[in-house]
Amino acid sequence: MSAVHTSEAAAVAADAPAQKLAFFPREDGSRVPYEVFSSQEIYDLEQERIFRGPTWSFLALEAEIPKPGDYKSTFVGDTPVVVTRTEEGELAAWVNRCSHRGAMVCRNARGNASSHSCVYHQWSFDQRGNLLGVPFRRGQKHMTGMPKDFDPKCHSLRQLKVESYRGLVFATFSDEAPALPDYLGAEMRPWVDRIFHKPVEYLGCTRQFSQSNWKLYYENVKDPYHASMLHLFHTTFNIFRVGMHARSLPDATHGLHSIITVTKNEEETSAAYKQQGIRSMDDGFSLEDETVLGHVKEYDELTTNHIQTIFPQLVIQQIHNTLVARQLLPKGPDNFELVFHFFGYTDDTPELRELRLKQANLVGPAGYISMEDTEATELVQRGTRRDPKATSVIEMARDNPGQQDSNITESLIRRFWVGYQQLMGF
Amino acid sequence: MDKMEQMLLWFELHSLQERYVSVLDNDRLEEWPTLFTEDCEYGVIPRENEDMGLPVGVIWCNNQRMLRDRVVSLRHANIFEAHSYRHMTSGLQITPVDADTVEMRSNYVVVQTRANGESQVYQAGRYEDRVVRTPEGWRFQKKRAIFDTSRVQTLLATPI
Repeated sequence: MSAVHTSEAAAVAADAPAQKLAFFPREDGSRVPYEVFSSQEIYDLEQERIFRGPTWSFLALEAEIPKPGDYKSTFVGDTPVVVTRTEEGELAAWVNRCSHRGAMVCRNARGNASSHSCVYHQWSFDQRGNLLGVPFRRGQKHMTGMPKDFDPKCHSLRQLKVESYRGLVFATFSDEAPALPDYLGAEMRPWVDRIFHKPVEYLGCTRQFSQSNWKLYYENVKDPYHASMLHLFHTTFNIFRVGMHARSLPDATHGLHSIITVTKNEEETSAAYKQQGIRSMDDGFSLEDETVLGHVKEYDELTTNHIQTIFPQLVIQQIHNTLVARQLLPKGPDNFELVFHFFGYTDDTPELRELRLKQANLVGPAGYISMEDTEATELVQRGTRRDPKATSVIEMARDNPGQQDSNITESLIRRFWVGYQQLMGF
Repeated sequence: MDKMEQMLLWFELHSLQERYVSVLDNDRLEEWPTLFTEDCEYGVIPRENEDMGLPVGVIWCNNQRMLRDRVVSLRHANIFEAHSYRHMTSGLQITPVDADTVEMRSNYVVVQTRANGESQVYQAGRYEDRVVRTPEGWRFQKKRAIFDTSRVQTLLATPI
């Protein structure tokens, strides 16, 4: 009886390949079924439709691999890839899986090499992933080698398309992906240009691992509403004010990218907090060393926070004078890794460089104004795991979808989910 | 320096290390900055960066006031799950620089226990310290926790 049952279920699944794995009850992205955060099936489909679909994934700063032969191991989604600079100075990336029997070819996080060979049988590949040599291809003495029809040109590593925009290196598996500048889009490019207007220098990375779904982090960085609620460092030490000028801009075509900025104005509006009785407004605390919040003006306007997502695995961040390219890497439905790539400009004065390092205390795994983010995403993961069909309620400023000068809004999150549904076919 | 003096010095610096660990492992964070000099440097740095000569860490303070700020922030501003550390240290090696300055190195493992009662190795690494003699006793002028563990699980609140 049970055997019949199982085969019937399998037949139904086979007959309905287009059956949606997740049901979003509203079209505007304001209700998100929790199963998107825990389902292995949905996760696997994301790897195909998003990370191997028509998107560009951030791999590295060019400044991390400046010299010919420099390489770095990283991921597109959860596929291990290696990004390298060739002898000609061009960029290349390939899947880190030997074309012979599937072993990881490159076993180092970073390095410099003119070629890469797999330790298992020493098949070797050039910097672009083309097969250079197969030991004993011609055999030896009476022992036969590879068959006569073996063509090395057909057995390269799987190569990705790689493009750089202002020193940010992206790759795609898909021939359908638009050219990178078009993919970034007209709304996002000026903000990328703002940060990457001159050469940068890589200062190192920090890594944070969270037991929660990668999209919960995407929700977080599209959510200016939480900033002054969850991160109480601002308000405890009287830093962040509701009255600062805010922007929340989505990409116009698919809504998957976005930029949030907070810019200083002279108006003091702590009254807004006091009226609402929010617990964070303890007037008693002040920093003994305020340089951690110093701000040297580097751009047209005195923006304290620039948080820009380039879907699916980049967040560009400027907070005061800290500059970071955060790479978001999914590690199964229940885990993600964040790699904070810190950078400065090559023409930084020693004083400005020290300020950037000091302000690195604000962000990253131990950051005063960021450590809570993974705490929050883990709370959601734990809270929702048993209720896949229940949904979140994402309503803030829903009546005013066009408003872009607010940080009390969840509009970017709704736009994100609408774009996600389109990509995933949900 | 004769053998007895060497042993005494090692013992004094070992005691400083034990006190440092005790302060962090028993929620006496307010005492933590007092073990440093006013002009101290304190950093928690991924080995990945240290090996490449890159400066970025997860924490970097260049005076004692910043250490006190971090304690105030942890006590009053930051939100994180209740947890405790147990530091295991070993291999303390000391290299006197002059009569009042010593460089020291040791290994550490931090086991973290979170609110659900589960304990796990949170971080493994080494300390590279510079200590100086002050009227209050030996104090850290420089303390760098260079961690081998590649990632920080969830977040890092309590210093290492």
